[in-house]
Amino acid sequence: MTSVAAEIGRPRRSTLGAAWAYVRRHVLTVYAILFFAYLLLPIGVVAAFSFNHPKGRFNFTWKGFTFSNWTHWNAIPGIQSAVVLSLEIAAVASIIATALGTLMALALVRYGFRGRGTTNFIIFLPLSTPEIVLGASLLTLFLHVSSAIPFGFWTILIAHVMFCVSFAVVTVKARLVGFDRHLEEAAMDLGANEWTTFQKVTLPLIAPAILAALLLCFAISVDDFVVTYFVAGTNTVTFPIFVWGAARVATPPQINVIGIAFFVIAVTAMLGNVVLQNRRAKQA
Amino acid sequence: MTVEAAVPPEAPAATEYDIRLIGLTKRFDDVVAVDGISLDIDRGKFFALLGPSGCGKTTTLRMIGGFEEPTEGRIELGGVDVAPLPPYKRDVNTVFQSYALFPHLTIFENVAFGLRRRGVKGGDLRRRVGESLELVGLAGLERRKPRQLSGGQQQRIALARALVNRPRVLLLDEPLGALDLKLRKEMQLELKRIQADVGITFVHVTHDQEEAMTMADGIVIMNGGRIEQLGTPSELYERPRTPFVAGFLGVSNLLEGTAVAGDRVKLADGTEVQCPHEVLGGRTGTVQIGVRPEKLRIGGDAGNSLSGTIAESAYIGVSTQYIVETPAGPVTVYVQNDRPGGQVATGERLTLSWSPESTFVVDALEGSS
Repeated sequence: MTSVAAEIGRPRRSTLGAAWAYVRRHVLTVYAILFFAYLLLPIGVVAAFSFNHPKGRFNFTWKGFTFSNWTHWNAIPGIQSAVVLSLEIAAVASIIATALGTLMALALVRYGFRGRGTTNFIIFLPLSTPEIVLGASLLTLFLHVSSAIPFGFWTILIAHVMFCVSFAVVTVKARLVGFDRHLEEAAMDLGANEWTTFQKVTLPLIAPAILAALLLCFAISVDDFVVTYFVAGTNTVTFPIFVWGAARVATPPQINVIGIAFFVIAVTAMLGNVVLQNRRAKQA
Repeated sequence: MTVEAAVPPEAPAATEYDIRLIGLTKRFDDVVAVDGISLDIDRGKFFALLGPSGCGKTTTLRMIGGFEEPTEGRIELGGVDVAPLPPYKRDVNTVFQSYALFPHLTIFENVAFGLRRRGVKGGDLRRRVGESLELVGLAGLERRKPRQLSGGQQQRIALARALVNRPRVLLLDEPLGALDLKLRKEMQLELKRIQADVGITFVHVTHDQEEAMTMADGIVIMNGGRIEQLGTPSELYERPRTPFVAGFLGVSNLLEGTAVAGDRVKLADGTEVQCPHEVLGGRTGTVQIGVRPEKLRIGGDAGNSLSGTIAESAYIGVSTQYIVETPAGPVTVYVQNDRPGGQVATGERLTLSWSPESTFVVDALEGSS
C-alpha cells in the first residue's frame, strides 16, 4: 500500500516540490530581511535622530538635519565626564575580568579539583540572576563596607568585574575545550618551561578568545545601568546614569550621538576581530 | 654532509645504556597501566615497544618523556635518574602521534622552537634548521604553516623538530598511525635510514607487529602493563616464550603436550615431538609446542611429523594455506606455490613434518593442566 501511494505521489511531488522549494527559498529571504529590519530599525532611528535639530528639550520629532550635535557632542554639562568615566570603568573592568576569567577558564578546563562542578555552576549565576537583584544585593554589601570602600568608581568597578568575569570565563572556556594538550607537551618537550610554554604556545592560540572576551566585557560594562545605578552612590555619574537622569528633564540629541558612537566603535572592533581571524585562518 | 658528521663519534662501551628503567610502575587510581617493568636500552639502537592497545606502552613512553609521573621506579637517562624532572630538563625529544606542530608558527619556527629555547641564534639557527629539514627531505617549506602540509609532510616536520635538538633519545609515539599504508611503508624505511644517519637511540611505540619487525633492532613486547618478552625480531619470531608472543607476532600453531624429557614433548595423541634443549628450558608437566605455518612441510621427514586430513585450503597466489586436522588439533600450513598445480585437495590425508630446530615451546594456557 505504501509503495502504491509513493508511485502516485512521486510525479506530483516533483512539481509541487519544486514550487515549494522556490517559495521556501524566497520566504527565507523575506523573513531574513524582515528580521534584520526589526533588529536594526531602532538603531537606525537612534542614528537618524542624532542628526536631528530639535526645537525644545525633547528629541522626539524630526525638525531638520544638522551636524552640530556631532561637532558639539559635549555641549551638555556633565556629559563629557560621564562618557569618560564609563570608558575608564569599562576599560579597567574588562581587562581585569578577562585576565581573571582566562585564568579561571584554564583552571576549570585543565584541572580536576574538588569543587570544580560547583565553580562551573557559580560562574553561571551572575549570568542568570536578574540584574536588579544583583544590584540590590551589591548595594547591601557595599553599605556594610562603605567606610573602607566609598561608593563611586571602585564600587562600580568591583561590580562590573564581578559580572563580566562570567562572560570572560564562558568565552575563553569554549576555545580551550578543543585545545590539543599535546601542543603544550610538545613545547615542554622542546625545552620550554611552564611560563614560556604559556607565552609561546597557549596564549597565542587562545588569543582570539581572549580578545573576544575583552570586547564583550567592554561592551557589557560600558552600557550597564541597573547594577551601576545601585552601587554608584550619589555623586558618581556614568554615561547610562547620565542618560537616565537627563531623560527626566530633557533628551538632548547628544545622547544619540554618544550611543551611536559606542555602537559603531563596538561593531568595528568585533568585525575587525572576525576579519583578523578569517585572514589568519586562511594563511594557516 | 652534515657538520655533525665531522665530530669524532664517541666510542660507546658495549654495556652502555641510554635508558634504564627500573621497577617502573604507573597506577591511575585503581588501574595499573605499567606494572613494575625493568628494561635496558642500548645506545644508538632502534628500539620498539610493541603491544596491543592498553598494554602500557604509551604510558611507558610518556613516563620517559616526562609527561606522566611514575608511581614507583626509576628512569635513568645516561645513568642519571630523571623521574622527578620536568620534560624540559630531560635530554629527550618526542614525536607525537598527532604530530603536535604549533599551528600558529611557520615550519621554520616550529623546527627552531627547541633551538631557540637553548639560545641558538642567527646563522647557526638557520643552518641547523635547514640541515634538519634537509634530513627529512623537506627543505624549502620553511615559510609554510603546518596546516598547508600533507599528513606525511607534517609527520616529517615533527621528526625534524625533535631531531634538530640532537637529543640523547628520540621517543616516537605511534607516529605512523595516521598515514595510509603506502606512505607508512615508505616512512618505515625512511625512519630507519634517518636513525642510522643520526645514530640517536630511537624508542618507537607501535601496535603494528610488522612495523616493529621492519624497523627495530630490538623489540619489547608488552601486555597488561608487563614485559612479555624482549629480543631481536628474529629471536621473538623464531623462539617466542609465551603464548601471547607466539600469537601476537605472526601466526603460530600451538599444540598441547607433556614434557617427557629435556628435549621431547608428548602430544595429546601420543606423538613425540623433538625440540632443542634450551627451548624446553627444563620445563616439566603440561606445555605447548609451537611451529610457524611456513616451517611445516607436506610429506618429507624433517624430524618431527604429524599426520592429518586437509580440512580447508585457500590459494593466495604466492602460497597456499591449508588447515589440517590432526589428532593433536588443527594445524595451519603455508606451502609455497613453487610449481603450478601443486595444490593438495581438501579431504586428502597427508603427513606433515618439521625440523626440531623450528619447534618452540611456550607455557600451557592457564586453566588447562
